[in-house]
Amino acid sequence: MHIIVCVKQVPDTTNVRINPETNTLMREGVESIMNPFDEYALEEALRLKDAHGARVTVITMGPPQADVVLREAMARGADDGVLLTDRAFAGADTLATSYAIAQAIRKLTSRADLILFGKQAIDGDTAQVGPGVSEFLNCALVTYVKSICVEGDRFTVETQMDEGVDVIEGRLPAVMTVVKEAAVPRFASLSGWMAAKKAAIPRWGAQDVGAAPEACGLNGSPTKVVKIFAPPVKTGGTRMDGREEPSAAVEQILKLLHEKGVA
Amino acid sequence: MADAPIVIDPAACKGCKKCITACPFDALYMQGKLAVLKPEECRACNACVKACPFKAITANVQDAPQSGGLKDFKGVWVFAEQHRGQVQEVAYELLSTGRRLANDRGCELAAVVLGHQVADSAAHLIAAGADKVYVVDQPELAEYEADVYTDALNQLIARHKPEVILAGATAIGRAFFAKVAVRARTGLTADCTALAIDKQTYLLHQTRPAFGGNIMATIMTPNHRPQMATVRPKVFKMSPPDSKRQGQTLLEALKLVAPSTRIVRSERNAASVNIAEAEVIVAGGRGLKKAENLEQLKRLAGLLGGVVGVSRACVDAGWITASHQVGQTGKTVCPKIYLAFGISGAIQHLEGMRAADTIIAVNSDPNAPIFGVADLGIVGDLFEIVPLLIDTLEGRQR
Repeated sequence: MHIIVCVKQVPDTTNVRINPETNTLMREGVESIMNPFDEYALEEALRLKDAHGARVTVITMGPPQADVVLREAMARGADDGVLLTDRAFAGADTLATSYAIAQAIRKLTSRADLILFGKQAIDGDTAQVGPGVSEFLNCALVTYVKSICVEGDRFTVETQMDEGVDVIEGRLPAVMTVVKEAAVPRFASLSGWMAAKKAAIPRWGAQDVGAAPEACGLNGSPTKVVKIFAPPVKTGGTRMDGREEPSAAVEQILKLLHEKGVA
Repeated sequence: MADAPIVIDPAACKGCKKCITACPFDALYMQGKLAVLKPEECRACNACVKACPFKAITANVQDAPQSGGLKDFKGVWVFAEQHRGQVQEVAYELLSTGRRLANDRGCELAAVVLGHQVADSAAHLIAAGADKVYVVDQPELAEYEADVYTDALNQLIARHKPEVILAGATAIGRAFFAKVAVRARTGLTADCTALAIDKQTYLLHQTRPAFGGNIMATIMTPNHRPQMATVRPKVFKMSPPDSKRQGQTLLEALKLVAPSTRIVRSERNAASVNIAEAEVIVAGGRGLKKAENLEQLKRLAGLLGGVVGVSRACVDAGWITASHQVGQTGKTVCPKIYLAFGISGAIQHLEGMRAADTIIAVNSDPNAPIFGVADLGIVGDLFEIVPLLIDTLEGRQR
């Protein structure tokens, strides 16, 4: 079985702030991390590898330094990694990104059994690239997966829907996106890190994967960002100090709840 | 660098650095007295193009319009998601916004229903603002399956050529809409918080938060159709139904592909609450200190006829399941009352609850960002205030 896990390097958005004077992102000191949801996708792949034996390949698209997330995945147990990097990919929206990744998967193997994504990336939050890749590769799509069982070429998965859990069956190959209700991601071992640090990671550009230039990056992106601005700031209402007299605070809360017809 | 998103003309650049401050992504730097692009950082937002007083920066657009005239695409569509014949509320919210867009564009508003034994829903969709309802009522559509739904909607798009299509950013909407957009080779913008028709170009302006709500971006799809967008439930308000509205119901028969997966079991826990639908949410965060303290909030929620919500910290700590999580990676909520206890208010959390009608926050830290959005902000100890609230409310019941 060949499992491909698509991962993304993202800024740790918990630390990104807007500079109020210039209205720009303050990126100084903001760490780059593996998209947290992708860690769950990787863990599902590694569990299948533990259970059945499998080759797990991680792919990322990004700047040259994005190889760090591939090494992190390999330190945890992925077998190999591919870095998709090219200026031609810059400015890609979800359509152009899905196309580039699908092309890379095609070059990598004629038969990927399972292609896993995190449910969404925490910087873009679109959740669109996994489904987009399934469309380009013309294979089954299951989203919001929390556990995966594979037997031969058939799979059974549990998916976390808005109102409960569905159990879904199908045939490989398939694209799946994984939620954080899945198994807790493992840590990398020291020996894993040592090996991953030295591993050779091929870098593929648009030509390497046979991607048409007009379908890549900005040129291949139907959506255009026309404006970027800071969100409006809400100023807040009544403030009170309830440390001395909590009962006065409780009174205020109850008064407001009563006004709103709740208590 | 012919393939970079923008081109800087070194002869025209005067080194004023206006583009450097305008760039939200740190994608430009000064090399001597010239601005230089880091192409791998550039997101092609063109902020620098507008900021340059010397017209030294141009956008490198080589976008070929879609084959077939853009003018052939007419009308605003709303995908009306239904579960077992029940149209989801988000569809009515979208129809209310879709109505405004259709009026501004001077076109028709249509709803699309895919399902089995769903024809009854058409009257409700017309009352909610639709001029037309396309209904595909076939047994293959009884349950959602990505390939079958994608095929059905794509066939309708090819047949009727809508200019704009909106869907709820639900588990189903997000997944198959992305496939539909790829098959149509058009643009899709996720999780929009504002939609408007541009008065000059008549294009759809799609505004959404990015980078965890730290910035807002307005996005357009100028040369491809349909223009597609998803919107989270509860982001737009529903308008009251008008049962006197007239509209057309059109039954469409489609030959559909075979499904590639099948649902063998659906577990719907009656006790499980959908916090996105709740009128009152009693929410807790890291300040609760331990899982047992959530019990107090559950009691309080019970007394107020509400449900418990939490910040991400509580889910990550394993105190409660992720279905209770409010925020960017959880749910967007829009209750009448949102009570926040021990939630500092990280931007990711605020993004999910700032639309609540009334926000009451209790936190021991006077500088907690949650106070910035709270209608009533109380600096205090939740372990004193919550029990007092419970006692008073229980006392009233007795």
